[in-house]
Formats: sequence, structure tokens, C-alpha cells
Amino acid sequence: MIHFVLLISRQGKVRLTKWYSPYSQKERTKVIRELSGVILTRGPKLCNFVEWKGYKVVYKRYASLYFCMCIDQEDNELEVLEIIHHYVEILDRYFGSVCELDLIFNFHKAYYILDELLIAGELQEPSKKTVARLISAQDSLVETAKEQRSSISNIIAQATK
Amino acid sequence: MNPFSSETRLRDMIRAIRACKTAAEERAVVRKECAAIRASINENDPDYRHRNIAKLMFIHMLGYPTHFGQMECLKLIASAEFPEKRIGYLGLMLLLDERQEVLMLVTNSLKQDLNHANQYIVGLALCALGNICSAEMARDLAPEVERLLQFRDPNTRKKAALCAIRIIKKVPDLAENFINPAAALLKEKHHGVLITGVQLCTDLCKVSPEALEHFRKKCTEGLVRTLKDVVNSPYAPEYDIAGITDPFLHIRLVRLLRVLGQGNADASDLMNDILAQVATKTESNKNAGNAILYECVETIMSIEDNGGLRVLAINILGRFLSNRDNNIRYVALNMLMKAITVDTQAVQRHRATILECVKDSDASIRKRALELVYLLVNESNVKPLTKELIEYLEVSDQEFKGDLTAKICSIIAKFSPEKIWYIDQMLKVLSEAGNFVKDEAWHALIVVISNASDLHGYSVRALYRAFQTSAEQETLVRVAVWCIGEYGDMLINNVALLDIENPITVTGSDAVDVVEVSIKRHTSDLTTKSMSLIALLKLSSRFPSCSERIRDIIIQNRGSLVLELQQRSIEFNSVIEKHQNIRSALVERMPVLDEATFIGRRAGSSPAIVPTSNSASLNLPNGVAKPPAAPLVDLLDLSSDDVPAPSSSGGGFLQDLLGGVDLLPGLNQTAISGTNEAPRTGTDILLDLLSIETSPTQSSSSITDILSSSQGDKSPVASLGEISSPPSLSTRATSAGADPMMDLLGGFSPNPPMPDNGPVYPSIVAFESSSLRITFDFSKAPGNPQKTTILATFTNMSQSIYTDFIFQAAVPKFLQLHLDPASSNTLPASGNGSITQNLRVTNSQHGKKSLVMRMRIAYKFNNEDILEEGQINNFPRGL
Repeated sequence: MIHFVLLISRQGKVRLTKWYSPYSQKERTKVIRELSGVILTRGPKLCNFVEWKGYKVVYKRYASLYFCMCIDQEDNELEVLEIIHHYVEILDRYFGSVCELDLIFNFHKAYYILDELLIAGELQEPSKKTVARLISAQDSLVETAKEQRSSISNIIAQATK
Repeated sequence: MNPFSSETRLRDMIRAIRACKTAAEERAVVRKECAAIRASINENDPDYRHRNIAKLMFIHMLGYPTHFGQMECLKLIASAEFPEKRIGYLGLMLLLDERQEVLMLVTNSLKQDLNHANQYIVGLALCALGNICSAEMARDLAPEVERLLQFRDPNTRKKAALCAIRIIKKVPDLAENFINPAAALLKEKHHGVLITGVQLCTDLCKVSPEALEHFRKKCTEGLVRTLKDVVNSPYAPEYDIAGITDPFLHIRLVRLLRVLGQGNADASDLMNDILAQVATKTESNKNAGNAILYECVETIMSIEDNGGLRVLAINILGRFLSNRDNNIRYVALNMLMKAITVDTQAVQRHRATILECVKDSDASIRKRALELVYLLVNESNVKPLTKELIEYLEVSDQEFKGDLTAKICSIIAKFSPEKIWYIDQMLKVLSEAGNFVKDEAWHALIVVISNASDLHGYSVRALYRAFQTSAEQETLVRVAVWCIGEYGDMLINNVALLDIENPITVTGSDAVDVVEVSIKRHTSDLTTKSMSLIALLKLSSRFPSCSERIRDIIIQNRGSLVLELQQRSIEFNSVIEKHQNIRSALVERMPVLDEATFIGRRAGSSPAIVPTSNSASLNLPNGVAKPPAAPLVDLLDLSSDDVPAPSSSGGGFLQDLLGGVDLLPGLNQTAISGTNEAPRTGTDILLDLLSIETSPTQSSSSITDILSSSQGDKSPVASLGEISSPPSLSTRATSAGADPMMDLLGGFSPNPPMPDNGPVYPSIVAFESSSLRITFDFSKAPGNPQKTTILATFTNMSQSIYTDFIFQAAVPKFLQLHLDPASSNTLPASGNGSITQNLRVTNSQHGKKSLVMRMRIAYKFNNEDILEEGQINNFPRGL
């Protein structure tokens, strides 16, 4: 099971956090501080796993962002690396060559995609296409609702003129 | 437009925050935004709710408090529209966690949304439930989730399956409701549903043996077939990763098979073929393939034995281990740890490679490899392995040295074939990384040296040489100083020279040099300095020619700011100056330290195996009769072989040590018994090494007993042994007066006592009034920490005799109390004697609660009935 997902920039800024196990606000801050200290200082050629308090943290760096997932001792580290990559590919497809700025200004989109990928710390969907399809379906739902609303408010505005 | 509504858009706020150059600036922007959001929340304007929560989520991510937005999330969720619900659920998952009570309010909205006509809204609700539901919510909403497992849309089914995992983890009782629906999911074709269904079954097996049995019987064959289909499936672009169709599904299927095959031969048989196929056919040039192989190897190792498959698995691990990718090597080491229980021989074959991994530049790999090496060591390979590890110790990183030395010391202690090897290796470790060596390790070394009587000379010479090169290693210095103090004469005379040694020429003053360097070095801590002082005192008698110089060194510490050193130097100075006649007796060589006791005591903290050299441990010198009594008797020079020392001299030197104050013999007794009861004694191993104390695990045999036990045949000792000392003195001595005494006899214990292995507890005054005083002394039988024996001593402080004296006590339920009969029911006046009574207490909450007791004392005083009552709360901790 994945206990939490963290996206940390090379400067140590948090770009996304998702907690599947209960951590209080205080613990969360502490975890982030400790892990970014450990992970950001590791050299480029070392392995992608860090043992941490009886858990393992699997991380992978993409450009300036570190994607980290914390898993149990007996979980498959190599698979989690693959899940991270899977997530990055979906983000890439959604934003069209994703960069850190996309994730900053559209952080909620990154969360929506993650929610289509993982629930309860387990993988939900192995197909990138399906995730993309589900996200765009929901995005268009939001769009239509917005359009409706603006047209209604236009009608009201015109009526009250 | 309302001036307070959040005028900035989300994008603008993020820009403003990013433009901040300092943390203070950022805080100011965030504060302003939060104020605007609060104002907008108070306006209760639904149009801006959406934007407010989006902003709050960003602010939350930066680490600022956002609790005031929680209710807004609930309002958004309760709204009818999809966009509001979408952001509302996201906010709920981010800003809240399962422990917040606000969450209970959302249960109803969740229930409605789970029954919503729009499948995307159902999806949002399932996602939120799966990520943050609490046990109560799990109970309330489990029927909805169960129903959704059969929903027509596959995307809803897969979400419901993962939700069910969260539910059964929160409330394992609900597992049985999900067994049948979960089994149905295994027949699905949709990969998302299949993958989540397999995961749900795996987790069901973990919480419910019933589910495990069901799936094992009904589903094993089907799963094997599914795996076969996936393995042999043609290219499927949607699920393809590195030429493999859906590695995620592969891994989950193999993992579920492992759960089903574990401990069941029939199920294991069914899956042998497919596992062999996965193990041989999977491409290992990409991470995805390796992930499957890794999972497959673990399954092969876990299911019931099949020799052929195991060979295959070990070969894969061998390939992994020689891979150049660090990730692959890491998982290989991880897997070998598990394989070692199955096939030690096969793992041993890779020993050389594993040893290389210990020296890797990657901390994660080093750590794994070291753990593995530790498991690989046995009697036959301990020598080469230790050699390698010690050689590596010289070049390893500072932060790794701690782990490495701990493991090396443990290996040496566990597998050393002979004492000389043990001593040699420990010396190497101490000279290389003495500053990282744990206290237990060098204490153990001293015990071993003390027990190897034929190696005393060798050890002290080796330590002397090591000191010349590695004087900066604190623990090496300590061991060297201790040995020079004890065996200094063997150092200068080349006594007991072994064939392998080169004789060295060391004079007495060279030996004193070593101790002088260590006491004067400013980096030496109190323990080292104290040990050096004692060594000096011992050397003053070993090398009378250096006596003057030693006295000078000792005197220099008279002005030490540390009380311990100051007092000791003054006392030692007086021993050297005024008491030449008893000095040699006083600083005689330590009796052999009891190895078995030391190991037994350590066993509690670390399950180290008794060294193989244990047989020599009870080698007692010159026929001292009783091992536990030996140290004290030896120090007092009263051992049965020697001429019985007149009691006056024994008492005399005690008086001298106490500074020549004219003391009653009675006080001496109490002071001695104080050494045994004082809280520090026995808790510190170091102290034991240096002290005259008997093995503290047998705390019942206080020195009092030892003395009185020799009472029978040694009449001069008898007066010493008469220990019915007034308890008032005893307690006072224990608390304060005994300290210098104890320390003088007992060496130093500057470290705070370690509470976990302290079987000796201080006495307490349980009750005190102008007329009556009660003291409690505690003892515990070794190996039964729950039971405490309390010796209550009653003393009459008034001028008249008490008759019909009765003591009663009551304890709370978690304690059991047994009162033995009292020694008498008449209490003489003016403290001229006392009544003693044993109380045996069993503490069922040992370690959690400490003792507490109510008591009532009834007696007749001048034919008047007196009743006194009280509560005792000042029991020492840990009883």
C-alpha cells in the first residue's frame, strides 16, 4: 500500500501531497521536512529507494521535480517506480509535455489525475488512455456547467436591463 | 460588487505568492488572502466558494493552517452541481483527515452521492470514501459500496473495489460481506476492474482466514488461467509497458497466488507451471520486467517447496546481484534476506558479491548488504568476513561507521572461535573506530580479558601498542587504561609472553605516561578520567618507584570542577600518602569478572549468543570459595585462603577511606549495605567492572548476607557481619552518606543509570512520624520483574514500648499483596531494635504502573490503642 505521495521541487518546495494513511498536520510537516532532507541530497546514480522509519520511500526525479511514494517494507519497489512513471506519462499527455509550472498553476488537475490513478493507496487503472478519457469527460462536464451558468446569467442580465 | 469578495483569481494569487522573495513576504500575502477568504466565507456567497477552496488548497500545501475552510468543503459537496462537488471532494480529501470530527457530517452527503444517477459523481464519492473514510463511515456506507461492486459501469466497479479495501482494513468484521462480490470481480475482462478485484482479494485474505480458504478453493485455478492469458496475450497498445502487457496486473496476480500458495501444497502445485513460465519468459532488460521477476521470485520462495523452481529463483537473484543498475541490486539484496531462511547455501555462494555491496557508495545498498552479511556469518566464515569488514571500516563513511562497528562487534562476540582472536579483533575495531563502539561492546571486552588469565599480559601489551597509534579513540583508551591499571606489572616485565609476540621494553613510567595522557587530554570524558584515576591508584602500588609522580598527577585533579574527580583525587592522595600499609591490599587485582552474569544481564537488551569460549568463564583465582562473595571478600582481604584479617583493620581502613572520621562500626555496615542498595549500583555495567560489588542480579544476596555467611567460620568477621543496623542510619546512609563510600569502593558511575536493567532499587521511608518510622527495602528475584519482595522495617522512636503491633496494607486491583508474619509484635522503645516483615507484591501492570499502597498500623502504647494510617506513593519507579 502507498501511504503517501509527495511531489517536491529541487528547492524543497512542496508541489503536491496526498496522504492515504492518517498523518496529523504536524506529522505531515515533519515527514516532508525529513524526507526532502534525505532525498534531495542523494546523488544521481544511487538507487531510487530510501529506507525510512520502517517504510521505504521510492522516489524518482523528473527534471526539477522529485516524485516520492512511501510504501510498506514488503511492497514491490520496482513496481512503484513503474507507477510513478505511469503517473508522469499521464500528466505529460494531459498537459502536453508537462513542466513544473503546469503543476503549480493547475495543481488541482494534478490531483484529479492522481485520484483517477490511485485510491486508498492502491493502483486503480493500468491504462493511460482510460484515465485520460475519464478526466476529459469530467472536465467537459465542468465546462458545460460553466457555459450554462454564464448563458443563464446573460439571460438574466438582459432581462433585467 | 461586494468589496470583500475574493477579488483575486486563483492564478493571480499563485503568481503573487511566487513573486515573494522572502518567507516574510510570502506570509504577508498569505495572511491577506486568508483574511479575504474568511470574509468571503462569512458573506456566504456560493459563487466564490469554489474559488476560495481552490485557493485554500494551495495555501494548505504551503503549510499554512486552513481549518476554517473545512465547512466550506462540506457546503460544496452538498451542492447539486458537478463542478462544485468535484472541487468540494478534492478539498475534503486535502484539508481533512479521517480523525477530524467534521468528517462525520459528510456521511450523509456521501450516501446520497453514492446513489446518484451521474456515474462521475458516484466516482467522486467513492474516491473520497476510499481515501479518508473512518471506521464509523466504513460501517455506515459498506452496503452502498457492496452494491456498487456490481454496478454496470466498470469504472465505478473498480473504484468500489478499492473502497472496499479501505473499509475492510478499517473494520475487518465487514470482510465476509465482500468475499462473494470480490470473487466475482476475478472473472472480469476489464483490466482496471480485474486489477482492483485481485487487490481486494489479496487484502481480504490478509484480514480473514475464511476468505483465504474460500479463494484458495474456488479461485486458484481461475487465477492461474488468467495469469496464463495475460502472459501469453498478444501486443495490446493500451496496456503495453516495455513490451509486456500490463505488468501491474502480472504483479498483482503473482502476489495473490503467493498468498494462496503459502502453506498449501495443492494450491502451490497448481501454480508451479505458470510461475516457471513467468520466471523464464519475462524479459529482464527493462524495469517493468524486473518488477515482475522480483515478485515472481518472492512467490517462489514463499510457496510450498519445489526444488526446481527455487533453483530458478536463486539464479534470477544471482543475475540481479550482478546487475549494474543500483535499483536491481538493492532488490536482490532485499530478496536474498528472505531467501536465506529457505536456502542458506545458495545465498552463501554470493557472499563475495554481497561483501562488495557493503562497500557500495549508496547508503541504501550498504545498509541492506550489511544486514545480509550479518545473517550470513557462521563459525566457518567468521574470520575472513570479519577481516574484510574491519578493513572496510578504515575507509568507510563517518555516518556508516556506527552501524558497521555495531554489527562487527556483534559478529565477533557471537562467533569468535577463541579468546585471543576475539581480543585481537576487538582491538582492531577499537583502534579504528573506538569512538563509535557501544558501551556494551567494550564492557564485554574487559570481561573477556579478565577471564582469559593466560592472555592478560598479551592483552595489556597489545593495548599499550594500540594506544601509541590510536590514542584519540575514547573506548580504546578506556580499555587500555583499565588493563594497565590491572595488569601494569605484566606490561613492563613481558610476563606470559606468547610465541607470536615481540617482547617490548616498557618502563613503569611509560605505563604511567599512558594514563597521564588520557587523564590530561581535554577530550576525555568523565568516565575515562575516572577510570584513569583508579588506574593511577592501582599503579602507585604496582610501581612503587613512580609513586611520587602518580601522586602529583592525582593531586592535579584536586581542583577539578567535577565533584567526582575532586573527591576521588583527595581520597586517593590520602591513600597513597598515609596508608602505605594497606595500599597494596586495597588495590589488588580485580577478581575475575563473572562472564555468565554479564552475558545474562545483557541478554535482556540484546539476544547475543553466549560466546563459545564460555567454558573458561568460571575460572576463579586462588580458590576463593564462593563466586558471588569473592569480590568483596577479596577486596577486604578476607578470603578464606589468606590469613583472617583482624576486623579492626578492616574497619580501620574503611574509616580511613571515609576520611578518618571516627565512625561506629555500625555505620560502616550500613554504608556497605548502602553500596548494594544505592540506585546506581548494579545498574551500570561499568561500575560492576570496576567495583567490588557482587553480581547485582542476585540482589537478594546483599553484602550483608555475604558478610554474615562468612560469620560462621571467621570469628573476627563476625562483628563486621552483625548487621542489625538501625534503619534510620541505613536509610540516611543510602541516600547521601553512602555515596562517597560507595563510589570509593565501587568505582565511578558518571553515566546516568540505565533503568532497564537495574534490579536494585533504593530504599524508601514509607512512613515517618515522631513516634514511628517505617522503611522499605526492595528486592526482586531475577527473571521475574513483576514480583517484588519488600522488607519492611518498623522502628519505634518514642520513649515507651509498643505492644500488640499490627501492620496491615491494601493495594489496588492490579497488584497482588502477600504479607508474611512479622518478626515480632513488640517494638522496643527509642529505636533499640525493630520489627521486620516481608511483603510480597506482584505487579500485573509492571512497567506501566508503579506500586502504590495504603497502610494501617495498630499498636498499644501505654495500654492505649493507637491507630495510624497512611498512603505510600513514593515507591521507586519500575517496581
